[in-house]
Amino acid sequence: MPRNTINIPDKIEYLSILNEKGELDAGLEPDIPEELLLKLHRALLLSRKFDERLLNLQRQGRIGTFPPINGQEAAQLGAVALLRPSDWMVPAFRETAAEIWRGRSLESVIIYNNGYSEGAEIPQDLNNLPISVPVGSQILHAVGLGWAAKYRQTDDVAMTFFGDGATSEGDFHEGLNFAGVFQAPVIFVCQNNHWAISLPVAKQTRSKTLAQKALAYGMPGIQVDGNDILAVYAAAKEAVDRARADQGPTLIECVTYRMAVHTTADDPKRYRTEKEVDKWRKRDPIVRFQKYLVDKGLLSEDKIAGIESEVLEVIQAAVDGAEEKMKALGDPIDMFEHAYAEMPAYLKEQKEAFVTEVAEMTEEGDHG
Amino acid sequence: MAEMMYRDALNRALFEEMRRDPFVFVMGENIGWRGGSYKVTEGLMDEFGSERVIDTPIAEASFTGAAVGAALVGTRPVVELLFIDFILLTMDQIVNQAAKYKFMSGGQGHVPMVLRTQGGMGNGLAAQHSQSLEALFYHIPGLKVVMPSVPCDAYGLLVASIRDDEPVIFIEHKLLYMTKGEVPEEKYVIPLGEAHIKKTGEDVTLLTYSHMTLKCLEAAELLEREGISVEVVDLRTLKPLDTKTILASARKTGRVIVVHEACRRGGIGGDIAAMIMEEAYDDLDGPVARICGKDTSIPYNLNLENACVPTVEEIIEGVVKMV
Ligand SMILES: Cc1ncc(C[n+]2csc(CCOP(=O)(O)OP(=O)(O)O)c2C)c(N)n1
Ligand SMILES: [Mg+2]
Repeated sequence: MPRNTINIPDKIEYLSILNEKGELDAGLEPDIPEELLLKLHRALLLSRKFDERLLNLQRQGRIGTFPPINGQEAAQLGAVALLRPSDWMVPAFRETAAEIWRGRSLESVIIYNNGYSEGAEIPQDLNNLPISVPVGSQILHAVGLGWAAKYRQTDDVAMTFFGDGATSEGDFHEGLNFAGVFQAPVIFVCQNNHWAISLPVAKQTRSKTLAQKALAYGMPGIQVDGNDILAVYAAAKEAVDRARADQGPTLIECVTYRMAVHTTADDPKRYRTEKEVDKWRKRDPIVRFQKYLVDKGLLSEDKIAGIESEVLEVIQAAVDGAEEKMKALGDPIDMFEHAYAEMPAYLKEQKEAFVTEVAEMTEEGDHG
Repeated sequence: MAEMMYRDALNRALFEEMRRDPFVFVMGENIGWRGGSYKVTEGLMDEFGSERVIDTPIAEASFTGAAVGAALVGTRPVVELLFIDFILLTMDQIVNQAAKYKFMSGGQGHVPMVLRTQGGMGNGLAAQHSQSLEALFYHIPGLKVVMPSVPCDAYGLLVASIRDDEPVIFIEHKLLYMTKGEVPEEKYVIPLGEAHIKKTGEDVTLLTYSHMTLKCLEAAELLEREGISVEVVDLRTLKPLDTKTILASARKTGRVIVVHEACRRGGIGGDIAAMIMEEAYDDLDGPVARICGKDTSIPYNLNLENACVPTVEEIIEGVVKMV
């Protein structure tokens, strides 16, 4: 009647390749083509600048509430860069950088954040799901997409994003369990940005890492420096390669930080210190990657400045384009659309009654 | 009497009940240091500490289920679910567990918990943050459903809900939090199951609750100027429903309209209309009418959102059509 130790692969790795000082662990450096490195750099800058512009527009009342991504660009882009167009990308609500990488237009982001669901429409050729607001609910959809890819005998994978807070929801645990049991080709990317609105991650879970939760579901888990785009890329590459080779799902915990407000309706001063934010400011994901690229001879101060003004122009054009397009949106009659593929009779009646009512009101207005 | 905002009236009820009864505690997401997104739990952490003001992990089913367990041994959890839309994650705990515990344990298990939540449109928060889902709970035996419209009712009904021995679904409205009204300074309780006639009238009865009460009162006032006398009955508690007050008003005016923000199909308006027609048919001048939200999800865009739920003009038109 012994009391033996059962051997479980209980090792959780932490991966950092390019540290906050910009020092490189050359032995771990992933092999990324120069073209892709530069594309990633531009995407980092574009999403940072776009986020800043959105905040600016929000403060001017030109868009509604939105969740800023500042600080989390590398954690998103390093992972999503591994996907092919036929793979699926399933965001939560704070993955604007990943969405843009996957082809979502800046215009649509602005239109959506102005409260027009037209901005959530996804072009037919993009395998992205729209943002998901109920925390954690999208994780299950990614599991289903991955399972379906396998069922249809493709080697496509599904990658889903979610926050540290989402790891407390049942949907996270049930999703990982399902993916583990059915060996679905899913990459679970947790954006541990340390906060779920006002709840710090230490009060979200007693676990030392979020990555270790993978072990209970029979899949590998890894923790990476989420502000190190090389580390995120390297971990995501291993995970995507495994998933494509029918070797099942992976959980990647990207340790990063929500530099800004939860949403523009939030005031973080009520629950966290400026000192903590400053500490993370020094760990900026873009600064170190720029140093890396300059050291490699791929970038220079001048080139960076050039890219910056180019992305600012792109952003300005998107703001102008969106504001123009929105002039044609917002007809109340649209509310009856899309509830069903074919409008049921009772809804048709409501729609017709509404049209008459609006017409009557307009007529009365014309006379008075 | 003091002028007070709806959210402060709720806050006062929580403070007083927590001081009165050490078994009352509050639990939910971001309710502690942040004071709740609509500031209803503000200040509780400072006075009662993290033992009784519990910031939970983001896991609605877990803390709702834990509240059921804690309530079974006589504590009185007041759980906050920030949006009624997210109550859907807890439905098993509410519908299969809290509502049925007493029934399935031969009357032994009491679940004296309150689930405070918030619904309705109005802030441009889109289809998953703006629903009116009271009918789901109205339908379930074993639950009570409370939906106050003004600060003084909000206070008195929350006190009553906390002291009640059954599970109470207490539904606030996001457009009401900042509205003001007179609240008596002394302590008081408003028993569950009593409607309140917010305005008396002779020609038409408007039966309503929550935010729509304010719109009905506005419509009634405008109609009064046209010489139409409207009675506005604020149901306040949907379950138990004050059928006595409803029927008395229906018999008096003979003309009844039920007004609610929730969708028409399967809304509680249909049930109330049927009840009135069964009980008071001979006293009615015509069928009971309904003015309700359109049968569509709440759109994100403000223009569309406003068009989706009853407007003051629509209520006026409905009344005029009837007299
Ligand atoms: C099911 C559900 N519960 C609560 C909320 C309210 N809410 C929105 S975001 C959020 C915090 C999420 O934290 P995390 O998963 O860490 O993501 P982050 O916001 O940090 O990106 C909460 C509680 C929600 N949207 N859905
Ligand atoms: Mg977070």
